[in-house]
Amino acid sequence: MKPTFKNLLAKGGPFIGLILVIVLFSLPTETREFFLTYHNFKIILTQTVIVAIGALGMTMIIVSGGIDLSVGSSIAFTSVVGALLIQRGWSAAPVVGAMMFSSALIGLLNGAAIAGLRMTPFIITLGTLGVARGSAKWMAENQTVNYDASPINQWMTTADPAGYALPPGVWVAIALATLTALVLKHTVFGRHVFALGSNEATARLCGIPTVRLKIMIYALAGGCFGLAGLFQLSRLRQGDPTVAVGLELDIIAAVIIGGASLSGGVGTILGSMIGALIMAVLRNGSQQMGWPTYFQEIIIGLVIIVAVFLDRLRQGKQT
Amino acid sequence: MTATAAGLRLADIQKSFGATRALRGVSFEILPGEIHALIGENGAGKSTLMKILSGAHRADSGKMELGGQPYVPADPHDARLKGVAMIYQELNLARHLSVQENILLGDESALLGWIDRRASRERARAALAQLGHERIDLDRRAGEFSIAEQQIIEIARALLIKPQVLIMDEPTSSLTQADTAKLFTTILRLREQGVSIIYISHFLEECRRLCDRFTVLKDGETVGTGRINETSLDQIVTLMTGREVQDLYPRTAHARGAVVLDVKGVTSEPRLKRASFQVHAGEIFGLAGLIGAGRTDLLRAVFSLDALATGEVCIVGSSEASATPRRRWQQGLGFLSENRKEEGLMLNQSIADNLTLTKQDSFGCFGWIDGGRQRAVAQRWVDQLRVKCRDAGQLIGDLSGGNQQKVAIARLLEHPARIFLLDEPTRGIDVGSKAQIYQLIGELAAAGKTVIVVSSYLPELLGLCDTVGVMCRGELAAIRPRSEWSESEIMRVATGSV
Repeated sequence: MKPTFKNLLAKGGPFIGLILVIVLFSLPTETREFFLTYHNFKIILTQTVIVAIGALGMTMIIVSGGIDLSVGSSIAFTSVVGALLIQRGWSAAPVVGAMMFSSALIGLLNGAAIAGLRMTPFIITLGTLGVARGSAKWMAENQTVNYDASPINQWMTTADPAGYALPPGVWVAIALATLTALVLKHTVFGRHVFALGSNEATARLCGIPTVRLKIMIYALAGGCFGLAGLFQLSRLRQGDPTVAVGLELDIIAAVIIGGASLSGGVGTILGSMIGALIMAVLRNGSQQMGWPTYFQEIIIGLVIIVAVFLDRLRQGKQT
Repeated sequence: MTATAAGLRLADIQKSFGATRALRGVSFEILPGEIHALIGENGAGKSTLMKILSGAHRADSGKMELGGQPYVPADPHDARLKGVAMIYQELNLARHLSVQENILLGDESALLGWIDRRASRERARAALAQLGHERIDLDRRAGEFSIAEQQIIEIARALLIKPQVLIMDEPTSSLTQADTAKLFTTILRLREQGVSIIYISHFLEECRRLCDRFTVLKDGETVGTGRINETSLDQIVTLMTGREVQDLYPRTAHARGAVVLDVKGVTSEPRLKRASFQVHAGEIFGLAGLIGAGRTDLLRAVFSLDALATGEVCIVGSSEASATPRRRWQQGLGFLSENRKEEGLMLNQSIADNLTLTKQDSFGCFGWIDGGRQRAVAQRWVDQLRVKCRDAGQLIGDLSGGNQQKVAIARLLEHPARIFLLDEPTRGIDVGSKAQIYQLIGELAAAGKTVIVVSSYLPELLGLCDTVGVMCRGELAAIRPRSEWSESEIMRVATGSV
């Protein structure tokens, strides 16, 4: 095949989109001075962390042909769990472990219900969305959970304007993205995730244990969502059961903008990360332009529609 | 027959799909109030012809006349309005709607969008009464009725627009004997009312009982027509199958060894009623039968893709009774699906991934795949089987059907399997690839492997296999060495006309 327009769109589409957005916000006089600075990019990267880490898990799920709507609730749930444990005097490491574990457990239950009861992921995770959110409010007694101090609070700060170091959250996101990308591309597990999403009947025919695989995917993704919850906690410095409402839609949007197909079997981690960045840049740039938030919402909504349309164009031309 | 007795007349209908000539010239005539059997093997062109009649396809050339007027339906709805209604083999009812709603679907009695309940009721009841089934409760959901009753509801829907011609495609394939008898009563009733019926069925005995005249299609042409009670079954079968066996099938010398697979009285829901057979090392075993006779179901049950209701599958050298597809691969079985697109292959993944999907654990260690080795292995098969592609990394969806099929078979070769279950291995592929697959099957047998082939193309089975089993209505009815079969003999057993 020649490097046609279609291939360019498929391979480099998200990347071109990112550059386009950055260039667009660099041009106006209002933003030119501040937008293209190291410090601003540090802010953008930090703002991307939560959606990006969520998108890692979501990419796995969407590539496998599934969907998870309970991410925002899981993040709120784990942030409350973390805050309550810090209140009880736990140190940072076990808190992180407990948060990831509790979120992986939610994922495990999602996966078990989807694979075991053969129900559609959309319905099951829509149910979990309510259950996890309600449980978080219950545990937190319907208010924010405050604590004195924790090293966790330092992991998302961009406070040192002189320093060039990125906050730990960004590094974690980059490391985890690299690891997930490698796992998806180079391991048996990764190939099986693609096989499951590409054609579940073929996967079954070829002896892939589809039930176990699905449960594993949702549990691993749950672990990612727990980590996203950790950085949510770190950013707010309190456990908030009402945080991250609707965040799953941002995360799904990032994955789709990044080139994954909702029908499964297609998607890359790099694409999803770029998708997450595109949304963060759009938000950041719109703020600097002084556009009202409703305008940002409209723009991001349109970007999602365009991205899905491009996805359909790619899918349609393949067959 | 007089000139005024105008029913449906077809003259020299031709239709091509790309390079495939589905219909090469079909002509026949159906009189008013006649039940006309349309007979032919799988792939003879019956479906294409029916799609043209019902307006789903348009003929390339030829003439159609209905009631003396030129008949050129624009689409199925237009065909219905012009008086040609079709009952498909698969029922098309909205299960959640009531009987009445189903019968009136698409033709509701309404004023400005408001449904006239009384008129609707009367029309639905009249349609059922015409069939002698006025007892059916109009308010119950269609899904709550038996298949036979659902079929009546569907026929009632067809009658709503007072059709001149009613086409029925394999209407008895999922009915019991008693329900079949009832359906015949209904059909005869329609004949008395002057409706012409085109009755498509593989069951020749049924056609003889029910129909007045018949037309046989073969390879897209009309090869015979006449009064059915003046023609013997043998004559019809000869018309259906009378073609030469081409010399496509290389006979590679191979010897039969010990029993490797013993299938004892297996049944599975919903179609497989009873099947027992043994196959040996170095044997090519063919499974013949009509579509829906349970051949695919038998292979799936053997491969544990469908659960067994009763019976046992014994693989020599392995003692487990129950199994999963995963276990079957480990035991040395390999399965080729008849449905490449929906089950056999992952179209948006690479050739290499498709080819090695059953054994990816073996490329590398600790779960990490050595992609280079995986592609090298795939490339070896691509070269050996002369798969036309850029390289093993290309998406399999970009390949032609024949090349896709070679990769799908290479998956079994690479695994490697010792018992090959091949469901329609040559369906929809070009002649060159076909010959290559026949060659390959011969070589496998020569190497002491076992091959089970399901095929609807009889010359292929007779040319290739050592032993042929014929299935009829879910049962494996007869197993004989190839020398004791002929095409007409297979058709006789397959159509239940023994």
